[in-house]
Amino acid sequence: MNEEKFDLEDCGNPPDMATVESDVLTVDEEKLLDELGIFGESRRKFLGQVSTAGLSVLAMQLLAENEAFAASNGDVKTAAVKLENAVKVSMKVNGSAKSLDVDSRMTLLDALRERMDLTGSKKGCDHGQCGACTVIVDGQRVLSCLTLAATCEGADVTTIEGLATGEKLHPVQAAFIKHDGFQCGYCTPGQICSAVALMEEAKRGDASYVTENIQAKARSLNLSDDEIRERMSGNLCRCGAYPNILRAIKEVHTGKEQAQGWKFSESSETEVA
Amino acid sequence: MAKYIGKEMSRVDGFAKVTGQAKYASEYKIPNVAYGYIAQSEIAKGSIKSIDTSEAEKQSGVLKILTHLNCPKTKSKDEAFAALQSDKIVFSGQPIALVIAETFEQARFAARLIKTEYLKAEHVTEAEKAPTVEAPAGFFGKPKPRGDANTAFEKSEVKIEAEYTIPIEHHNAMEPHAAIAMWDGGKLMVFDKSQGVGTVQGHLAESFGIPKENVSVSSEFVGGAFGSALNPNYYSFIAACAAREINRPVKLNYTRRQMFTGNGYRPYTWQKVRIGASRDGKLQSIIHEAVGNTSSFENFGENPNSFGRTLYKCENYDTPYRLAKTDLPTPTWMRAPGAVSGAFALESALDELAYELNIDPLELRMINYAETDPETGKPFSSKALMECFKTGAKKFGWEKRKMEPRSMRDGRWLVGWGTATGLWGAYQAPATMKMTVRKDGSVYIGSATADIGPGTYTVITMIAAEYLGIEPDKIKFELGDTKLPNAPMQGGSLTVASVGTAAHGAAGQIKQKLLEIVLKMKNSPMADAKIDDVELADGVLRTKKDKGNSLTIGQILQEGGLDEVSVTHTSMPGKERGQYTTQAHGAQFVEVKVDEELGIIKVTRVMEATACGRIMNPKTSHSQEMGGVVGGIGMALTEITEIDHRYGRMTTTDLASYHVPSHADIHEIETEFVEEIDTVVNPLGVKGMGELCLVGIPAAIANAVFHATGKRFRDLPITPDKLI
Repeated sequence: MNEEKFDLEDCGNPPDMATVESDVLTVDEEKLLDELGIFGESRRKFLGQVSTAGLSVLAMQLLAENEAFAASNGDVKTAAVKLENAVKVSMKVNGSAKSLDVDSRMTLLDALRERMDLTGSKKGCDHGQCGACTVIVDGQRVLSCLTLAATCEGADVTTIEGLATGEKLHPVQAAFIKHDGFQCGYCTPGQICSAVALMEEAKRGDASYVTENIQAKARSLNLSDDEIRERMSGNLCRCGAYPNILRAIKEVHTGKEQAQGWKFSESSETEVA
Repeated sequence: MAKYIGKEMSRVDGFAKVTGQAKYASEYKIPNVAYGYIAQSEIAKGSIKSIDTSEAEKQSGVLKILTHLNCPKTKSKDEAFAALQSDKIVFSGQPIALVIAETFEQARFAARLIKTEYLKAEHVTEAEKAPTVEAPAGFFGKPKPRGDANTAFEKSEVKIEAEYTIPIEHHNAMEPHAAIAMWDGGKLMVFDKSQGVGTVQGHLAESFGIPKENVSVSSEFVGGAFGSALNPNYYSFIAACAAREINRPVKLNYTRRQMFTGNGYRPYTWQKVRIGASRDGKLQSIIHEAVGNTSSFENFGENPNSFGRTLYKCENYDTPYRLAKTDLPTPTWMRAPGAVSGAFALESALDELAYELNIDPLELRMINYAETDPETGKPFSSKALMECFKTGAKKFGWEKRKMEPRSMRDGRWLVGWGTATGLWGAYQAPATMKMTVRKDGSVYIGSATADIGPGTYTVITMIAAEYLGIEPDKIKFELGDTKLPNAPMQGGSLTVASVGTAAHGAAGQIKQKLLEIVLKMKNSPMADAKIDDVELADGVLRTKKDKGNSLTIGQILQEGGLDEVSVTHTSMPGKERGQYTTQAHGAQFVEVKVDEELGIIKVTRVMEATACGRIMNPKTSHSQEMGGVVGGIGMALTEITEIDHRYGRMTTTDLASYHVPSHADIHEIETEFVEEIDTVVNPLGVKGMGELCLVGIPAAIANAVFHATGKRFRDLPITPDKLI
């Protein structure tokens, strides 16, 4: 057992896989890293707290005990990591500059999730079929699982983590909560990023498969239900929250309050709410 | 008047979910984690002659490759599949190696360099051609024939007989299964995607031959599961094996393709229904046969035909059920297991009978309405199905329906209206909750249940809030961790009935403890008060008669010299339940529009009228209903796992070829809650609804398609090629 090697302050990715440079971290990210106990001083503070960042007590115990990662028998196996065809790439993510060396095969999704601690973007299929990984790159929604990180040089990336301002949610995020536009929550970041970009597409007058007159000069569109359904069809939701997602998007798009889809029956035996 | 229960409330975890902060199994930042990638068998049956990992091992970043030759052996005696245990191949897609590398990209690349030679054996993946065995008795035993179904059928005035099939379907939750496993000496810690952390804990403890206390499992958020995370799946064990081998944490994610062979599926089911009835529509006999597929090494049964036995008044009923042993992975429970498959056949057959008799399909169901349980003769603890029929029909506009198929149109679209009945048991299992109320009025509750999406975090918080009289935002609910008190797996629609009842009971104990302190006070303001004379509300304990006679929780704890009061309460299903049949019911009405030329079917309108006791939160309950309908639309119209039987391999193993419904497929879905007062099921009067809402949907859709087109579809899914 070699405790030195497992000192939490040092362990993370091996040094030659340059991770996000700490001097370009945003306040939020520093806070996140703080809470995750990556930095020594704040680690102790973190361990004294109740789980707030979604990290369970189990994880906290883990972080508290260096032994957790230490060898129980024999030597620790650490291969020297050499990235083949490593590519240095710099991009802006949620407003802050990031610079990292990536495996040329690494997708933007994996770079976000595994290297930048931005796990809000989800991996549902890794084949561009489900939309859970949708992020906004240079104003367009893209499937980050079909985007190689190495192609993102100079890109401006917005993920689900970048939509709210502190505690103040983006209107689409707030509408998703209000209309219960999700259940398990796994497709939700992709749905929301897609919906946010969709609003801009409507403003630009971009046509879709169901747009009636595609010859018409592009102008801001009032999206019908079918337009929204069509434009959101790249984002699968297995829990089946679609009608509520539609309500949420429509409410933000039209500014008009949308009715819910349930009622207590008059023949209920209980007091009708 | 309830303050929280029955009112709409947004999810307490909503903020975390819409901002990307909710952490799913593979998203914890674990320093020094290594990545796994599974290599899979290319044959369906036989053995591995040789496996050459040398080229893969040479690759940059590769730390270890586990195969059956070097993987630790499981100590579990369970017949469920365990990976990398022998050279034997029992299904195509079976894991044959686990590559561990510094990065995901390196592990994935190296996995492709593994060279395997097989000794192939003849496989059978077609259930129709596979040998069959008697199905094992399910949870509730094997039902015996009721009456003399064959004779009664033969004697009946009107007979119908039809065969139905349902293909293999996959859960395809959005989050692929994943685990991060790590060891601390002899202690194992796992982040897993699970519907019940306790079962994973037991499985891993048994597999490694270590005490359960040495295994911790955490699953705070689950990205959908629908049954696929009930049984422990094979990946957590091999992830833990790898972590032990390399002495580092290991993260292992299924790919979408691996989710087709790694966590079970809804079995292929063949069913034959024979119904005998009198001219006036009274059911005389039902013989509902079923055969479901299972694997060669494990018998999985879900009794698809037995659910119907309690649905209609019918003296003669028989439900033979067999399993076909195929060279495929073992199936598992998938939302409304058995019931939805059985309901597709039975509720389609009822519709066929209705047309044979020329009786309205809804009327036929009313004619055969069971006022008491026809199987046991017991009364139902509550059954507002008739109200569901009536209120659902009224809201849907059923009286405007013309019986004749192809008689309703909307321009070029043929319009069809169909109905079916849903049924699911109102179950409850023992559950334990820890509840702590602090001096500052904040509350902690904890139970090792799960929230795979129905809103457990929210609804249990609401129940605690209601009975503690404390605002929900002061309550923190922790679930999905083996350090918490036991709770049942999140399956069978029993979570709120079980864990909610534990919360209700724990709150009662808190009240008792607080009252005890108050009674000991000098000049106690509530002297002589009995537990039923007082209530917790608005943050105070007060007498019911004089609401002004109150003390805040803070004052009481101060008085008792305590910072907090804490209880651990276990709730058990009530004894009274045994004298009744406890079930939830629903009537489902569907409108389809069909373009015959293009083979398009749109489900334009769905009305779910549901009687499942008391509704805790109509907002999340409606979401459950919608989810069931969307799942049912997929089952009826698009979902099929195709198998190329030449190779014994599933072929539609991604979301481009396995069609789950998308936004464009889904239209109006309305829910009408017909509430019941049921004091038998549990103190809260809740029955659960997560499965119920799906049960009748595929049949209702198929019946609506018949009404629209005059064509009866008995093989799901009803895809365009079958329609044109």
